[in-house]
Amino acid sequence: MATIAGNATVDRFAAALDDLDVGWTLTTVDELSGELERFSEPTVGAPFPFEDLSLPDSIPRASESEDVKDANTGVTAGVLAIAEYGSVVIGSEPPETEPVSLYADTHVAVVRAEDVVASMGEAFAELGPRLREAGGNAIIVTGPSATADMGALVRGVHGPGDVHVVIVE
Amino acid sequence: MSRKSKRAKAAQIRETMASEGASVRENTQGFNRGRYETVADLENYEELKDEARQIKEDAIERLPELIDQLTEAIEANGGTVYLAEDEADANEYVSSLVESGETVVKSKSMTSEELEVNEHLEAAGANVVETDLGEWVLQVADEAPSHLVAPAIHKSRESIAELFHERFDPDQPLETPEDLTAFASEYLADAFEDADVGMTGANFLTADSGSMLLVTSEGNARKTVAATDTHVAVAGVEKVVPSVEDLQPFVELIGRSGTGQDITSYVSLLTPPVETATFGEDELEGSDDRDFHLVLIDNGRMAMREDEQLRETLYCIRCSACANTCANFQQVGGHEFGGETYTGGIAGGWETGVHGLDSSEDFVDLCTGCSRCVEACPVGIDIPWINTVVRDRINRGADDHTYDFLVDGLTPDTEEGGMSLQKRFFGNFVTVAKLGSFFAPVSNWLAGFGPNRWIAEQLLGVDQRRDMPQFSRETLKEWASGRDGPADPDCEVVFMADTYTNYMHVERGKAAIRALEALNVDVEIADVTESGRAALSQGMVRTAANHGKAVAEELLPHIDTGREVVIVEPSDLTMLRDDYERLLDAETYERLSEHSYEILEYVYGLLENGADASALRDGDGEEIAYHGHCQQRTLGLAAHTEAVLEELGYDLVTSDVECCGMAGSFGFKQQYYDVSMAVGEELREQFSTPEAEGRTVVASGTSCHDQLTDLMKQDVPHPIELVAP
Repeated sequence: MATIAGNATVDRFAAALDDLDVGWTLTTVDELSGELERFSEPTVGAPFPFEDLSLPDSIPRASESEDVKDANTGVTAGVLAIAEYGSVVIGSEPPETEPVSLYADTHVAVVRAEDVVASMGEAFAELGPRLREAGGNAIIVTGPSATADMGALVRGVHGPGDVHVVIVE
Repeated sequence: MSRKSKRAKAAQIRETMASEGASVRENTQGFNRGRYETVADLENYEELKDEARQIKEDAIERLPELIDQLTEAIEANGGTVYLAEDEADANEYVSSLVESGETVVKSKSMTSEELEVNEHLEAAGANVVETDLGEWVLQVADEAPSHLVAPAIHKSRESIAELFHERFDPDQPLETPEDLTAFASEYLADAFEDADVGMTGANFLTADSGSMLLVTSEGNARKTVAATDTHVAVAGVEKVVPSVEDLQPFVELIGRSGTGQDITSYVSLLTPPVETATFGEDELEGSDDRDFHLVLIDNGRMAMREDEQLRETLYCIRCSACANTCANFQQVGGHEFGGETYTGGIAGGWETGVHGLDSSEDFVDLCTGCSRCVEACPVGIDIPWINTVVRDRINRGADDHTYDFLVDGLTPDTEEGGMSLQKRFFGNFVTVAKLGSFFAPVSNWLAGFGPNRWIAEQLLGVDQRRDMPQFSRETLKEWASGRDGPADPDCEVVFMADTYTNYMHVERGKAAIRALEALNVDVEIADVTESGRAALSQGMVRTAANHGKAVAEELLPHIDTGREVVIVEPSDLTMLRDDYERLLDAETYERLSEHSYEILEYVYGLLENGADASALRDGDGEEIAYHGHCQQRTLGLAAHTEAVLEELGYDLVTSDVECCGMAGSFGFKQQYYDVSMAVGEELREQFSTPEAEGRTVVASGTSCHDQLTDLMKQDVPHPIELVAP
């Protein structure tokens, strides 16, 4: 496992992602665009709800219904990440975030390093005030869509079969 | 249950075990193993459970106020809340939201199963499609769920493949789980495409923000909401918790408790109506005008809240841990161990509350009261107690008086006439034991005599295949009376011999007394033998309470003079430590509970406090296989026995099955004999592995002794018999 100097919480998050067999990369704002272009096309993305980090121009914005349904890769922001579980929290802004994260074969979640919290308790301490004041959604995504209903664990049922987390320093 | 129906019930259970048992066993045991592993990783597991319990206690206490607050919050967000009194009311409202010809995609919800909402919507001309793969399989097969979390748990891959071929005649043969999953999700993708209305349940609702939590792994709940313009959620009123922050312990516990996952893939916290984009004709469209309706269902729940005994049921978070850990459920699944909707141990409470006693009667006796589920339940519900109460209410409602004249003399109980003869026989076993012992050995011959066994089976449903325990002519009390204790004892105890130890398994009582005396303890023998356990197992709560009072009257004066109570039978100790809390006043219960010990727990304490272990028999490396009693394990006492045996030099292997399958009278009953033996078979297999084979088998409980004697074809002593000099 790679270690990420200077941030134990991000280290722990990365280790949890390894345990889940979820791929992750650590990158910078400048390198984000190149990082996202590596994924299988067609790609669609939902704009990020951040002031200091936006969806790179090289990623096509989701707009056509069919494009979203047929995408190999869907890129969205994760507004929070939970280190101990390897979870990414998907918010509801902008409105195309949910379909983009749900319909593509691979979901790429972009998380800012400062948004990684250590525990579920810390995550809920942030989510509580957020939902009370502004409403909206918070989908805690931990690994790919999966089912065991057909006799063995199968990935990618109604949601993505692969999740990749890009952590931006 | 009549004579005929006992046999019919036995046949029905056998059939279910043959057709569904293997799949149910494999899946539930997998979930249960996963639970043990994942909770072991959780440092603060007990704290989280306590927190979860406290949140539910508080929420149910304040429920009316929380419902008002939730309603306000949802309406402020632009949604609608409808409080439905019962099934009919809820269905009428839901039907009014769906137009004929529309497609409803549904995410699995037990509450909507309770309402049978699909049937109502279909009758109104809607096309309803279940989108959870397991639930969809059942919809295709036209079957009911057999498990709270994994509804098609009873179906094997092969039977699902067969079903799909029969119904859909696919171009390619579907064989692997991947084939079947791909086929199902393609079919369901079309359903999402056509969908007009999305229907979900809700695992939790938060009063402060008007949010709902949905726990899934497939992503179908997310699609159900995202792909439709109208979202209808149905949820029992008990799902409301005060705040978003209150969800945290449940999010950490629910997946671990149910399927043994640290967390499920998707935990969706939605504040509906959600503004997630929908798919327009061409473009992805913002959806500011999505409709949201929350249908909050009472359907008996507010009455359960007022019912002191059923109230705890409302704390249930429907995780299925109780079912997965239950040795009987592991064999038969929810099609036997469940009512109209709900399955497993907790279904006794749910079915009684929402559908009435009739719906519980058919399955609630499959709960043997072994208590393994209490430890597994993330909110600590005393499920065996709820089932005892349900049984008691069924007993009191019974009105078949046919054979009352035969048992009235044998049954000095305070139960209503008319309750099952079988229950009264087992519930009053102490009277039978007294007579049996007095007339031994003639009674043993009579009890084992073919025609009498036949009569016992016909009348009482005592299965003829079981060996009857042998009554001892000399009771333990007779043996112990006038015995000289140590001249200068370090301490004094009062030994409460249970009915079996006093009248039948006298050797283990003798061994217990010899061991205590060897450790320089003076032993008085109590004048009561019946804790009320036997009555309680049959749901005879009042009779059990009377036994409890007699026990208290006898033991409290001993405790007042500084004696501790020592008991050899774990299920009787559980009465004093645990069940008496429900049967006796608080002070009496606390005194008894604080001062009672299991024999090897007490011996362990003596050795820890410097008693001379060499006074006991040296194990000298003897290889033994130990089966701890289920209630003893729940009380956390099996470790003491293991520690003492190891300290004395025994070479120990321990079973890890949840239960031996006997659990008192259960394994003697004709209708449950086959389940009991199927559960026991797993214990037999554990003790037949190369590591365990040929070892001396020891067990702590009387019923475990009976079961293991049958299974292993060897005598099975209590561990105290090995260590006593």
